[in-house]
Amino acid sequence: MSKNVMIVGVGGQGTLLTSRIIGKSALSEGYDVKISEVHGMAQRGGSVVTFVRYGEKVSEPVVEEGVADIIIAFERLEALRYSHFLKEGGVIVVNDARIDPMTVVTGAREYPEDIIENLKKTYSVYAIDGQALAKELGNSKVLNSVVLGYASRHLGLKKETVEETVKTTVPPKTIDLNLKAFNVGYDY
Amino acid sequence: MKEKMIMLGNEAIARGAYEAGVELSSAYPGTPSTEISEALCKYEDVYTEWAPNEKVAVEVAFGASVSGKRALACMKHVGLNVASDPLYTFAYTGVNGGAVIVVADDPGLASSQNEQDTRMVARSAHVPVLEPSDSQEAKDFTVLGFELSEKYDTPVILRTTTKLAHSQSVVELCERTLKPAVPYERNLRKYVMMPASAIGRHVFVEDRENRLAKDAETLSINRVEKGDNKIGFITSGIAYQYVKEVCPEASVLKLGLVNPLPKKLIEDFVSSVETCYVFEELEPVIEEQVKSWGLKVLGKELFTKQGEYSANLLKKVLYGKTDEVYKKVDVPNRPPILCPGCPHRSVFSVLKKLKIHAAGDIGCYTLGAVAPLDVIDTTVCMGASISTLHGMEKASGKEFIKNWVAVIGDSTFLHTGINSLIGAVYNKSTGTVIILDNRTTGMTGHQEHSATGKTLKGEETYAIDLAGLCKSVGVQRVLEIDAFDVETLEKEIKASVVGDELTVIIAKAPCALLKGQKFPNRCEIDQSTCKKCKMCLKIGCPAISMRDGVISIDETMCNGCGLCKNYCKFGAIGVVKR
Repeated sequence: MSKNVMIVGVGGQGTLLTSRIIGKSALSEGYDVKISEVHGMAQRGGSVVTFVRYGEKVSEPVVEEGVADIIIAFERLEALRYSHFLKEGGVIVVNDARIDPMTVVTGAREYPEDIIENLKKTYSVYAIDGQALAKELGNSKVLNSVVLGYASRHLGLKKETVEETVKTTVPPKTIDLNLKAFNVGYDY
Repeated sequence: MKEKMIMLGNEAIARGAYEAGVELSSAYPGTPSTEISEALCKYEDVYTEWAPNEKVAVEVAFGASVSGKRALACMKHVGLNVASDPLYTFAYTGVNGGAVIVVADDPGLASSQNEQDTRMVARSAHVPVLEPSDSQEAKDFTVLGFELSEKYDTPVILRTTTKLAHSQSVVELCERTLKPAVPYERNLRKYVMMPASAIGRHVFVEDRENRLAKDAETLSINRVEKGDNKIGFITSGIAYQYVKEVCPEASVLKLGLVNPLPKKLIEDFVSSVETCYVFEELEPVIEEQVKSWGLKVLGKELFTKQGEYSANLLKKVLYGKTDEVYKKVDVPNRPPILCPGCPHRSVFSVLKKLKIHAAGDIGCYTLGAVAPLDVIDTTVCMGASISTLHGMEKASGKEFIKNWVAVIGDSTFLHTGINSLIGAVYNKSTGTVIILDNRTTGMTGHQEHSATGKTLKGEETYAIDLAGLCKSVGVQRVLEIDAFDVETLEKEIKASVVGDELTVIIAKAPCALLKGQKFPNRCEIDQSTCKKCKMCLKIGCPAISMRDGVISIDETMCNGCGLCKNYCKFGAIGVVKR
């Protein structure tokens, strides 16, 4: 088994932590793992993409156009932006949220309509309203765990492995809530 | 079995330094090198510090090395320009305890002002360069760097690139091995680089490089991976991974030491394959040397000098196509922006209103150059804002700068901005300098500096008083203003730019992302009062957006700084409790 995973979103949405959880989980299942992250200026509210690759042996740390097995998107427009990275039969798991980029705020561009419906015409798309589910759990910060839970059935990793990594990665006080959020996503 | 972890390239370098028994590390933050110091400072038995700039960091490492201990200095590529003065002569003195200088290049410009190649600097300084290809090598090469440093009596550069520094891969951990300190002995001919000594050391430097080039022929990190003899690659660093991804069957000469080069090894390799490519990001450093030996290789005639390489780039050149299945969609760009509640936005909104140009500097605030703020006109390097403004005034007169200011962050000011300010005072400038004092080194992820009152290790220390510092170098008019007090800012900036004395305005407010801050309020738009004039959209706050004709403020993103309220003529924006 080998997987090329992309986690895309807007700087500040926690894509880095999600990629680290997936990477650590793959490592504990005995795979070779590489993760590529974005730091520095690009993080400031910009479009952010991180890559996780795992399998018997991984060379480059980057997932390139045409080879992604799964894109986990924390925002609709970002799902659309990177959709061409998918290989044939790849899937998109998208958190149904809209964050306007400055090009839209200033009126230079329009935010595309019906992104998810349009993506569905070409790709296998799994959409989830992570904010709403996180809010129901009483903390909007567990959005990432909800989305990760929802995406985790496409990762080729055991559910228990990912759960265990969540436990050891999130702040100790938030373990129970994050696990709950993970399961809400997983069962969605 | 050894413990295995996934580590960032930068964390692995820190681990390598720790295992090699490093005693001291000095660095200035800079993407993509910052996390080395942040990881190393967690090892209690290593002394680590933030230096005010990279020149200081290398000099501190020099001192530690002379005293007999292993020392590390870390910086980004442009930081090496600042540190090149000590570097070039450190190459002459050589070391006592081993010294490794980590320099992180940024092909692709993830967070930099240029794409310079550190190997070029290293060649002209005659310093050996190691280049790892993954985190395991990042750790191993750091350890090796100290060994080579001591064996050949030279500082060693460990060169990384963004993809290596910011990628994680599996690393096997070892224990820390402490080397006994090398005894210090006074040695004028080695450590005092006056002409009489330096003449002798220059001979040594050349001989050292020749010896190392000879030994590089059999150095295990320069290895041939024998494969198909039709196609061969000479490569190093992260570029090696793309070769393995695309052509796992090809013959590869993987260079771990990229300066000096092993001539015979390369000659033998080139003659063992039908077609030989040199696959290296940025400058043709390996390629030009190999070609100068009369060998036939292909390099920059096929592969760009710009940006990061990729497997698809290689596929395109070799096979004329990539793996791409689907077409790229044209979507609105999402460039990085100042965060909600950022104090820089407040200062920039005033400059924009007053139609003032800014000579800018290096930091998050460089984002003030783009829409909708559009106030920064120049950005060159650390500390350049003040000297740029000074040069304008001296060449083109007060009339030219009457609608100009210099803007510089607190950390950047202490890095090299202070030198520019001294020059401006001494040479009777009358310009206006705004220090955007957000109490941290913001863009690289909130590192302490000499005015924050904390060390890299988190210990309390003296906090330099910026206003006092400016006064002490002779600035008579120093004003400290709350960065969110737009009224006072407007009044004082207006007066300062036309005034006849140099003014420093310190605009103070902590970075909105600094830990420990409470944001009890948020802003809200009263829809019945809102006239849709879009003035609030012009400050470029990501929390404010317009959808279906309605302007609203995102509850979770807004932290209630209230800047937008100042720009609503109709009083439609209110600050409410969360």
